[in-house]
Amino acid sequence: MGHAYTPGLKVSDAAEFVRHRILPIPGEVLVKQGDTVEPETVVARALLPGNVVTANLARLLGVAAADLDDLMLVQEGAAVEKDQPIAQSKGIFGFMKQTAKAPTTGELESVSKVSGQAIFREAPIPVEVKAYVGGIVSEVEEGFGVHVDSRGTMVQGIFGIGPEVSGPIAVASDDPARPLMPQDVKPEHAGTVLVGGSMARLDTLKACVDKGVKALVVGGIDAADLKQLLGYDLGVAITGNETVGLTLVVTEGFGQLAMSGKTHRLLSERAGQTASVSGATQIRAGVMRPEVLVPSEIHQIEETEVDTGLMHVNSTVRIIRDPHFGELGRVTDLPAEPHVLDTEAAVRILTVALKDGEHVTLPRANVELVDERL
Amino acid sequence: MTDKIRSILATDCGSTTTKAILIELTDEGYRLKVRGEAPTTVEKPFDDVTVGVVNAVTEVQELAGRPLVGEDGLIMTPQQGDAGVDLYLSTSSAGGGLQMLVAGVVRTMTAESAERAALGAGAIVMDTISSNDKRQPHEQIARIRHLRPDMILLSGGVDGGTTSHVAELAELIGAADPKPRLGSGYELPVVYAGNVQARDAVKEALEAKTALSIVDNLRPTLDEENLDPARDQIHDLFMEHVMAQAPGYDKLKSWTSAPVMPTPGAVGQIIQTIAKQRGISVIGVDIGGATTDVFSVFKDTFNRTVSANLGMSYSISNVMASAGLENVLRWVPFDIDESELRNRIKNKMVRPTTIPSLIRDLQVEQALAREALRLSLIQHKEFATELKGVRKSRDISEAFDQSGSGNTIVDMMALDLVVGSGGVLSHAPRRVQAALMLVDSFEPMGITALAVDSIFMMPQLGVLASEQPEAATEVFERDCLVMLGACVAPVGTTKGGKPLAEVTMDLPDGAKTVGLSRGDLLRVPLGQGETARVRVVPAKGVDVGAGPGQPFEKTVDGGEVGILLDGRGRPLQLPTTANERVAAIEQWIENLDLYPRRS
Repeated sequence: MGHAYTPGLKVSDAAEFVRHRILPIPGEVLVKQGDTVEPETVVARALLPGNVVTANLARLLGVAAADLDDLMLVQEGAAVEKDQPIAQSKGIFGFMKQTAKAPTTGELESVSKVSGQAIFREAPIPVEVKAYVGGIVSEVEEGFGVHVDSRGTMVQGIFGIGPEVSGPIAVASDDPARPLMPQDVKPEHAGTVLVGGSMARLDTLKACVDKGVKALVVGGIDAADLKQLLGYDLGVAITGNETVGLTLVVTEGFGQLAMSGKTHRLLSERAGQTASVSGATQIRAGVMRPEVLVPSEIHQIEETEVDTGLMHVNSTVRIIRDPHFGELGRVTDLPAEPHVLDTEAAVRILTVALKDGEHVTLPRANVELVDERL
Repeated sequence: MTDKIRSILATDCGSTTTKAILIELTDEGYRLKVRGEAPTTVEKPFDDVTVGVVNAVTEVQELAGRPLVGEDGLIMTPQQGDAGVDLYLSTSSAGGGLQMLVAGVVRTMTAESAERAALGAGAIVMDTISSNDKRQPHEQIARIRHLRPDMILLSGGVDGGTTSHVAELAELIGAADPKPRLGSGYELPVVYAGNVQARDAVKEALEAKTALSIVDNLRPTLDEENLDPARDQIHDLFMEHVMAQAPGYDKLKSWTSAPVMPTPGAVGQIIQTIAKQRGISVIGVDIGGATTDVFSVFKDTFNRTVSANLGMSYSISNVMASAGLENVLRWVPFDIDESELRNRIKNKMVRPTTIPSLIRDLQVEQALAREALRLSLIQHKEFATELKGVRKSRDISEAFDQSGSGNTIVDMMALDLVVGSGGVLSHAPRRVQAALMLVDSFEPMGITALAVDSIFMMPQLGVLASEQPEAATEVFERDCLVMLGACVAPVGTTKGGKPLAEVTMDLPDGAKTVGLSRGDLLRVPLGQGETARVRVVPAKGVDVGAGPGQPFEKTVDGGEVGILLDGRGRPLQLPTTANERVAAIEQWIENLDLYPRRS
């Protein structure tokens, strides 16, 4: 009996999740270890150095950079107002003096004696980090942020867009295999994390935006609809900063694909409870998948095959490429020897018993682990 | 000392897969014994690159039938009896590789030289800032702050040239106060390789805010590039700063017998070795999951470019977006629903490690590979140029020609050898598929040898070349490079359906003459280890290497494909209507025995 390392998406109602809420630069942590936080609690704050504006004073005054020292009306480190005179040339016999003015309001940070360039720093930009998910502050990284520890339901999607949001879960379709239609999106879904079926076409996505749905969790979307929604063709799957008015979590993939029964069931069971949703996806090293987190009282954490990444005979897998794309099955064999495919490529394979009893042979690379018993 | 090295283990940690090879000293010299691979593990739940390394080495150990990993989970060095290896080496591009920002005074001169230095060191260049790049200083600062590179290379000014512009650039970088991409606990490395007289000004602007190091000017005079000191410094800093931040690299560094090298730097090393040893011009291409690297050596000048978002898995959707649907579909010999194709490509993007198990799926993937390769070469040609800004003495014909400095040095007619590497080429089920992908995308002219990296081991051999050149060369010649054969491609057209050229080949079983017509694509067997003298007599106005209408002769090596006679024109002309195009492709598939026949 062999085994293999295979990635998978975590879907569990007894998961532990720790989220690191860290500032991009040092700042102030506003909560302490042991505090209970809600998704909207601001846990850390910092002031980003303001934007920089430059002006070449030597060129503006028509003098050598080395001579600027004597011509400065304002010294380095001083606050300046936009258009305030900051340097003046001596002119000719006191006439025809040239004056350089501050191009922005802020601080005169430096004046270079080599290049003649003055650097003005605008007012600092405040940055706040929220808790994102309800839980307990388990660790404080002094000056940077906190770790928020929580337990409950965790659903990882395969692809998403849009920023972190939170809201109560509402179920739009009881059937995970039915496409979600625009009429399924109701006014009362405003502010919710809406759970749909096998696919949401562009009109449904737009209905979600129009009705004020915060996040949509759906089995599949169409690549052309995504392009329409974003306004550009997504070349690489690095997302999370989109501002289309909706955070989207696609659980299965592109095309019409029934949402996994377990995903649909777990989220339906949490209807009305607050979910934290992130569309951020990064399919590169340091992979990030979109997620739905619903904190709840859990005593026993479930350790699953997806956590270990180890696939055995009897593991449940999802087929992630044609043929049989999207189908679930049970691993029946993991032979060590390479097998020659129709394409004539010799690869390591596995055999899978599909739900209808058919046994199929597939490249090992074409399945992912699923936390679900068939 | 070389004779004491009995066994070498080399790994390459790619963005998707970690590959391991075991080389052993045999009676025939150094030979590849076995290879193994496993998914790269720089992400959860593992977060440690060495897990993937041990998995790949475990596969090697099972296949080799001798222990390489000890009970403590470490690779055993040196070899003791039958256990372990004498040397363990590694390359890596996991964790996104080395991402750099470069800056120079003039976009087409020092900034471009800096870009070449960074690319040659194996970096992905995120942006190039220059004094004349048409961006306002505040826009440049915003860009530097936003990018969060692993390292910055600052150049500018020839020695004795401008200091104020260089100082200005350094001040911009200082004002941006950029943070490194990985880890907030260390200072961003900045390499200064510009005008020696601006060093003090650069120190003043950057020394307090960054980990500044200063090396020789990479463009000491207008007509001279001196890239090695900057490249070497980049390599050292990559090891010291960047690698140390990626998950598990500290551990990996402590395991290897020599510094871990960035994968593209290692491939560049081996491509340069081939060109030098054989005295030829070479193009090498490594098409990966996220990026496609093109390496070339023409007139003893090495160039490397990275097409950052042209790749076969992570970036496959960008290949489609960049090439356009029509360009992809022109290589596919069947109708396919556009929406289905787009969804299929996006699914590959989000599940990048899947592989085609159906022939049609393979054909679509190879169509995308052709476009990724084609676009990468276009980018490479635009970058691999003569030094710009050089004053040339011209003769009268050149003066009329108006050709100045900055022309591409990539001359497809002068090209001797194309080497393809990367999964889609190295693992193509039939070698002729790899050969045709290279020909369709690169469109070699005249007579050009074709080869692939048999099992995608150029990165490991590149790093080995820096430690054990003899072993690297032996394995490269015997086990890595697979000669596919040669492509004969006349350039030009004829009127009235006249043949483009008459090709006579002195084959081992006798001479054979073929009249090559427009649109023909033919395959003449010439096996591995065999050679043939090829004489081409082109029609009037058609060139095969000696000038229009001039006969040309060359001895070619055989290989797993043989000789491809390509009469499809340069630039390549495909039939314009869908039916004619599909019929032509089906004919070429049959002529070349490209895919298994569908039952």
